[in-house]
Amino acid sequence: MIYLTEEDLDYIAVGAAILGAGGGGDPYVGKLMAKQAIKKHGKVRLITADEVPDDEIVIPSAMMGAPSVMLEKLPNGNEPENAFRSLEKYLGKKAYAVIPIEAGGLNSTIPIYTAACLGLPLVDADGMGRAFPELPMTTFSVGGISATPMVVCDEKGNKMVIETVTNAWAETLARTATIAMGLSSMIAIYCMNGSQLKKFSVKGTISFAKAIGKRLIEANKEKTDPIEGLLEVTKGFNLFEGKITDVQRDLTTGFVRGKVLMEGIESCKGSNFQLDFQNENLAGTIDGIPVALTPDLITVLDKEKGFPITTENLKYGQRVVVLGIPCDSFWRTEAGLAQVGPRYFKYDYDYTPIEKLAAGRK
Amino acid sequence: MKYRLGIDVGGTNTDAVILDENNKVVAKCKEATTSDISTGITKAVKHVLKESGINPSDIADAMLGTTHATNAIVERKGLSKVGVIRISGPSGYAIPPFIEWPEDILKVINHFYVIVKGGYEYNGELLSDIDEDEIRDALKQIKDKGAEALAISGVFSLVNDEQEKAVAELAHEVLGEDFPVTMSNEIGSIGIIERENAAILNAAIRKLADSAYSSFQDVLRSHNIEADLFITQNDGTLMSIEYAKQYPVLTIASGPTNSLRGAAFLTGMKEAIVADVGGTTTDVGVLSKGFPRESSSAVEIGGVRTNFRMPDLITLGLGGGSEVKSENGKITVGPQSVGYRIHTEAKIFGGNSLTATDIAVAAGMFVLGDKTKVSNLSPETVADTIGVIKAMIEEVIDKMKTMATDLPVIVVGGGSILIPDSLVGASQVIKPEHFEVANAIGAAISQVSGSIDGVYDIVTKGREAVIEEVKAAAMAEAVKAGADESTLEIVELEEIPLAYLPSNAVRFRVKAVGELKR
Repeated sequence: MIYLTEEDLDYIAVGAAILGAGGGGDPYVGKLMAKQAIKKHGKVRLITADEVPDDEIVIPSAMMGAPSVMLEKLPNGNEPENAFRSLEKYLGKKAYAVIPIEAGGLNSTIPIYTAACLGLPLVDADGMGRAFPELPMTTFSVGGISATPMVVCDEKGNKMVIETVTNAWAETLARTATIAMGLSSMIAIYCMNGSQLKKFSVKGTISFAKAIGKRLIEANKEKTDPIEGLLEVTKGFNLFEGKITDVQRDLTTGFVRGKVLMEGIESCKGSNFQLDFQNENLAGTIDGIPVALTPDLITVLDKEKGFPITTENLKYGQRVVVLGIPCDSFWRTEAGLAQVGPRYFKYDYDYTPIEKLAAGRK
Repeated sequence: MKYRLGIDVGGTNTDAVILDENNKVVAKCKEATTSDISTGITKAVKHVLKESGINPSDIADAMLGTTHATNAIVERKGLSKVGVIRISGPSGYAIPPFIEWPEDILKVINHFYVIVKGGYEYNGELLSDIDEDEIRDALKQIKDKGAEALAISGVFSLVNDEQEKAVAELAHEVLGEDFPVTMSNEIGSIGIIERENAAILNAAIRKLADSAYSSFQDVLRSHNIEADLFITQNDGTLMSIEYAKQYPVLTIASGPTNSLRGAAFLTGMKEAIVADVGGTTTDVGVLSKGFPRESSSAVEIGGVRTNFRMPDLITLGLGGGSEVKSENGKITVGPQSVGYRIHTEAKIFGGNSLTATDIAVAAGMFVLGDKTKVSNLSPETVADTIGVIKAMIEEVIDKMKTMATDLPVIVVGGGSILIPDSLVGASQVIKPEHFEVANAIGAAISQVSGSIDGVYDIVTKGREAVIEEVKAAAMAEAVKAGADESTLEIVELEEIPLAYLPSNAVRFRVKAVGELKR
């Protein structure tokens, strides 16, 4: 049996932030919460999706809203449990385990907190294998699982049960509630049974995040090349090494949409990289030619230490390495690409897998 | 003629300069730093007064840069016992104050906290009202625990500081008028954990800073200097000594900043790369609009995470004492260095280590020591070594530059002589006069700033109106801090839409800077 310890949290938090592909928030708050919950309630048992009986249910626990608001208005601590228990009560069923909805600094650590508080195991899987901005952008949704009934909960103790006709409506209504609650909330959502879980989830996300984080932290301790270590453990691609010469954020369209321009250094000298983002990094091009496209993961790392930089923290002058990681095969289906491919985010590219783009460059 | 006195107390040296009204250096010196700092300052002040021959009463302003407070935190020495009131309920219980603080500092400051009802939402609406009885009760508990100082932190207190002020007022009532109280909104940036940590550190060092700054006042008074006194803060701007006594934590990262600012002043350049070359290392930073470009990562002071931003620096293992080695025909310079032992270890001084300084002397870049001691070096070795040094510095310049065009490179510090007069990526290489006391000059010419950091609703008011509002607010802060209104300019305006929400909420960070009002 595998248990998650306080030390594992350091690894998972940073590993998940790398899988967050520029989004998912700063892991600091979630990590501290999960560590304290483990200290108080004991270690969290990590189970595989296969260990969940087909007729039992699991419920994803997550934070919704602006991670940067949560850095100021810290949670009360009751919200995740409150949302989770309220959904169980509404359903009239007890959950077998907690599961993360996505991989990201906050939403990989909050479910560990929830699991510790509830004394439930955590499923080593999620609904994205990375971070995306909207509730319907999950493999669960692609598999036809309803996001609702869901519960949205705030630090004041307010909670709201939402039932909607589509998962897109769940996004619209839950976001409206979250804004009214002061820009951050905790949710319980996408209740599913064991057989759905096995079919429609991305497997092994927590242990993957842990392996990534462990490798990165150890490389820094042992003074070995952190970037090399990350490439190995993620089977990823070193897309570019450069310095950020400009960060442009378009404030007129409603959602954060922007691009980062980089100029190559060292082996990439003479080339230019453009990174397009909307909460997460979604498209990377070198001198106009695509090298990685959503849903494949694009993560910007600090060049010296290899730690990830979220899109909110990108600044001109930073020396960075751009890491590309192939996404879960679930996203590469027609239904998956319709939900999260480049064209959904209004980029004029057809999706080509990152490894094919890499082979094309050689 | 009126003069300015600038003093920089570093880990090794206490540097002082006197500038006249035209900012001309009329005296400068380097003295050894002493553990009580005031002995070193006294020596430096005596030295520059004597050298300049000016009448002490003609010194109108005196500026001090010191890392004294930082050292106290790192060494856990002289810290006060601190009580904390966090105004956040119903939020905040998930992560209490003092989280992840090192055990040894917790013991010293006798950590005790109370979380009370209160706080604001991002837009300034109430999260919760405060309850006076609850706060009085918390203050009594803190008093009973033997706290010698109080730190107050409130949710979104940068958006609205009323609750923190109300708690501070009650604290003075319950704990006494003179009880040291620190409000987190004065140490502003968003992120309550880091801001609260900084407020706690501030509370812990107030007593110590008060006595250090008072002794600085005494030193000047005893030399008949009746100037207005200022302390340089993290961003290279000034605060009055009275304010510094209340918020000494704001001086914590001022060291490298003064040196970069001094380089800007000595050359009159606002956009440049600065290399501060010492005995063992070289710090390379960037000037943007005349101020150091800041790094974006959180800074830990003595193991405590804070919200301070340090200048973005790359430190290179290259300095005057760097050892030069050759293996299989491949020459390396540093990172090993003979450091301060250069005066005995370097070849030109009769020692046995081949240093970067020896090479520079052999190449005829300057005259120092006994050149015959390095006459046996082959011209190829000398040329190759200089090539290695040049390549090292050029690589860092390339990493720091964010524009395709070449930038001027300003070289300061004692090891400046090592750097060749032409570098790839540099439009020119400037080694200004007085380069060795650039940090004290940086302190002497400091300006005054005001900053704003908050989340604003840009839909209701309109983006342009909000930008005007935050600019005006930053300027008002600067004027409050002593800036001359007619010289104010906005040097930083960051606009970061909050991720995962429609763009109604945008975080603005704004800084206005101006000359000290005469």
